[in-house]
Amino acid sequence: MTAPRTLFQKVWDNHIVIDADPTLLYVDLHLVHEVTSPQAFAGLNQSGRTVRRPDLTVATVDHGIPTTGRSLGIRDPLSKRQIDALVQNCKDHSITMFGLDDPRQGIVHVVGPEQGLTQPGLLVVCGDSHTSTHGAFGALAFGIGTTEVEHVLATQTIWQAKPQSMAVEVEGELPWGVAAKDLILGIIAQIGVSGGTRHVIEYRGRAIHDLSMEQRMTICNMSIEGGARAGMIAPDETTIRYIEGRPFAPKGVQWDEAVSVWESLVTDPDAVFDKVAVLDASRLVPHVSWGVNPAQTVPVTGSVPSPDSYDDPLQRDAAVRALEYMALRPGTPILDIAVDHVFLGSCTNGRIEDLRAAAKVVEGRRVDSRVSAVVVPGSMQVKAQAESEGLHEVFEAAGFSWRDAGCSSCLAMNPDVIPAGERCASTSNRNYEGRQGRGARTHLVSPAMAAAAAVAGHFVDVREWEDS
Amino acid sequence: MKPVTTITGTMMPLDRGDVDTDQIIPQQFLKRIERDGYGEFLFYNWAHTDNGTPSSDFVINDPARRGARVLVTGPNFGCGSSREHAPWAIQQWGFEAVITASAADIFRNNSSYVGLLVVELPQDAVTRLIDTASDPTAEVSIDLESQTVTADGLEEHFEFNPTAKERLLTGLDGIGVTMGHDDLIASHEEARPAWLPTTVDVSS
Repeated sequence: MTAPRTLFQKVWDNHIVIDADPTLLYVDLHLVHEVTSPQAFAGLNQSGRTVRRPDLTVATVDHGIPTTGRSLGIRDPLSKRQIDALVQNCKDHSITMFGLDDPRQGIVHVVGPEQGLTQPGLLVVCGDSHTSTHGAFGALAFGIGTTEVEHVLATQTIWQAKPQSMAVEVEGELPWGVAAKDLILGIIAQIGVSGGTRHVIEYRGRAIHDLSMEQRMTICNMSIEGGARAGMIAPDETTIRYIEGRPFAPKGVQWDEAVSVWESLVTDPDAVFDKVAVLDASRLVPHVSWGVNPAQTVPVTGSVPSPDSYDDPLQRDAAVRALEYMALRPGTPILDIAVDHVFLGSCTNGRIEDLRAAAKVVEGRRVDSRVSAVVVPGSMQVKAQAESEGLHEVFEAAGFSWRDAGCSSCLAMNPDVIPAGERCASTSNRNYEGRQGRGARTHLVSPAMAAAAAVAGHFVDVREWEDS
Repeated sequence: MKPVTTITGTMMPLDRGDVDTDQIIPQQFLKRIERDGYGEFLFYNWAHTDNGTPSSDFVINDPARRGARVLVTGPNFGCGSSREHAPWAIQQWGFEAVITASAADIFRNNSSYVGLLVVELPQDAVTRLIDTASDPTAEVSIDLESQTVTADGLEEHFEFNPTAKERLLTGLDGIGVTMGHDDLIASHEEARPAWLPTTVDVSS
């Protein structure tokens, strides 16, 4: 009898090419974008090597592209050069690309699942840390650097030191008005920004089981914000229903074979995790980040903490610096913080359910006159779906700007930069200093919380609005 | 990649934790398609005022430390994005090694591929090194072969992944090594079930 294994262990075992430390693993799906790939292709070309499996590689443009006026072309010459390089590299190496004029273009971590490419049990890599998103399907998915991108292009494999396993057990039910974003912010606040380092997290328990696929993607997306190598959720009925019928999903007899394999991808009852964290979802409330890392977060009902509340001197110093950067005073109620910008989008919260949740809050209301608010759908498919439901009309009537798909203000590599000193309620994943633009002040929130802040001009507890 | 064996030099103390890759090399400098040209943008936002002049109070701008070879810093260094531009920028500024209380996973990996030696020591050893580094001429020595850090009054052993160590010591091309295992990759490939997805465009 084989020893009981975790979901992570099973997926790991299925990909071993050379069983050593580190292990050589086979990559099933390699996602490529314009920012972290040009040097990898250049290296490949210089060495006269080819892409081993272009048929397991797919590219899109997302990081540096504008979200308005695309028909006018890319104005930033450096971004244009990067995008042109990807187009040429994909052409030279016969790689499928969802380019700027393709209706499937979008953020790489929105596109993969949406097209049915992301499937349970796969090993997925991409030169982007939010590759952890794909773990929502029970895939083992992690971010890699450019040298590793070149290695995967050339060999379709990757060397990995085996991470340890960590269970995040989320018991209870998420209360009404509390989003998946609040759950993952709550988890990170508990485990800290390095609580998952050298570990692969499996999210488990009732509250996780109850989540939709898109909510699960929000959770796994931010695993890296807890330092984890990857985040995973075991595939179930919800997963299978989501994948069925998507363009790249298995069909016919192959579908039945795939499903029978996917159903075995669960942690065995007696399997042991190296580390466990437990959280009660029923006690969660909407969260708002106040500082400059995703663990510096408090409930919307709370206030900006005092650095003295930290025992660890490094954490205390970090809080002092964070308060200075964020221009906040300890004790300020979160509800009293006014915002200048609202950004709805990103690979964390740029999917159709996110836009629906925000539109529900916005409907029949107006964006505060002091706030500049934008919606950037995660992909052009999400945009098309939202438009077919009339969501763009809800947003535009309220005063939101309705954009084309991309990473946009999540990391401000395109023109959507938040000006210095201004404050943004953002549905993205990182509130680092300068992340949305030099001197910009980011507060991470859920889509509903961001929408409510746009209307009120300051943070509000969206549960009070949704009750009415 | 240039082999890495022993590194001896002065230190740059950066006494804070959770330094993310957005601070190491901000996003506006990730648009180049080359591997070089990042050194001058290291810690750009901390190193420059709002009007682009150097911030005199940020340690990296201290003229007495211009020759520093080892960055010494707090825990969870390099957290955040997977950008390999982070170790590139650190190297291209002139550093050969980072000593940290702990490194983020992707940053540690990336560094091992580009020849930037990342050494993890207990926080109290890092604190002592940062104290020692208050003298900008104080040197630290790192020997990868014996996995030892030596400075004034300090000798610490560190853990290091044996394969990453071999790669750094020899400076070998990782892809070439892996391609030598082509038979094993091919046999794994042949055993993959037919229902696994391919990216061959279904719409065209």
